[in-house]
Amino acid sequence: MTTRLNILTRGIIDVSPLMIPVVPFGIIYGVIGMDLGIGPYMTLGLSVIIFGGASQIVLLQLFSGGASSLVILSSVGAVNSRHLLYGAVLSEYLSSLKLTWKIILSYVMVDQAFAVSNIYFKKNKSSENKHYHLLGAGFTCWTIWQISTILGIVLGSIVPEELGLSFTISLTFLALLISDFRKFKNIIVMLTSGLVATIGFNAIPFKAYIIVAALSALIVAALITVTDLKKK
Amino acid sequence: MHWSIIIYCGLITFLTRFSMIFLMNKDVFNEKIKKILSFVPAAIFPAIIFPPIFLDNTGSLNMENNPKIFAAIFAIIVGYFSKNIIATIFAGLISYWFLIFIHFQ
Repeated sequence: MTTRLNILTRGIIDVSPLMIPVVPFGIIYGVIGMDLGIGPYMTLGLSVIIFGGASQIVLLQLFSGGASSLVILSSVGAVNSRHLLYGAVLSEYLSSLKLTWKIILSYVMVDQAFAVSNIYFKKNKSSENKHYHLLGAGFTCWTIWQISTILGIVLGSIVPEELGLSFTISLTFLALLISDFRKFKNIIVMLTSGLVATIGFNAIPFKAYIIVAALSALIVAALITVTDLKKK
Repeated sequence: MHWSIIIYCGLITFLTRFSMIFLMNKDVFNEKIKKILSFVPAAIFPAIIFPPIFLDNTGSLNMENNPKIFAAIFAIIVGYFSKNIIATIFAGLISYWFLIFIHFQ
């Protein structure tokens, strides 16, 4: 029993440093939710039901722009499609678990939890209770995300509109890309996406500019990857 | 907004996380697909970042005296050198406030 608790604690400790940027991100999300007038219950509801920061902000942005449900749904799916990769990577370590475990762990498998638990799993392949690490890391993320959302909701009803806080949406996503700034290939992909979205913002119907831009950029990414592999 | 759309979005998000854990044993994605999927943030986030910076409320291009462009460039520079997420956000926000409240007043 102690080992389970130890591994769970290990997960909590490992993920904790990554929670530092999550707190302001959650607050910003809560403030934006209130700013766009969806109210405290829906703002928190999104955090509990979706539990994916980037996609929640995209949902709010598209909703306030008057996008249709189908466009909102597909954009949220596109933003979260990176989880397919996480699941595929972790499935190797989780394949022997019961369905209930897989469901619970899937719900909390966010970027930060994936990052630390993947490292732990690689080092502790033979450990029988290693999935407790992801449980600890994941629920730490969950708890911090809900608390900072609530803080944002409280602050959002106080913060004046003149501060232009909606600009923090752009800034937050920009900050999430800083590790890509040094890679030339990634810069090409980023510019493709940004330019297609800006040009297509009015030209592409149904507010589908995010999907169209993302697919265009992924095609560029695929071309880069294929030519790269051929060189080797 | 309806709760139904939130629930559908929650469901699709859950499926992106669950499907691969449920379906795969391992290595169903080859190296090429994994490499392409690693570009997903770089392919999607700029589509969210760019339009609010370069377009005004009417949706037309605004390149002149646009404080958001300057603030975003400053944030990129800070992000490039500091590699710190919070420093990047605050550099952009503070330079934006400086421009709209002091410089452009």
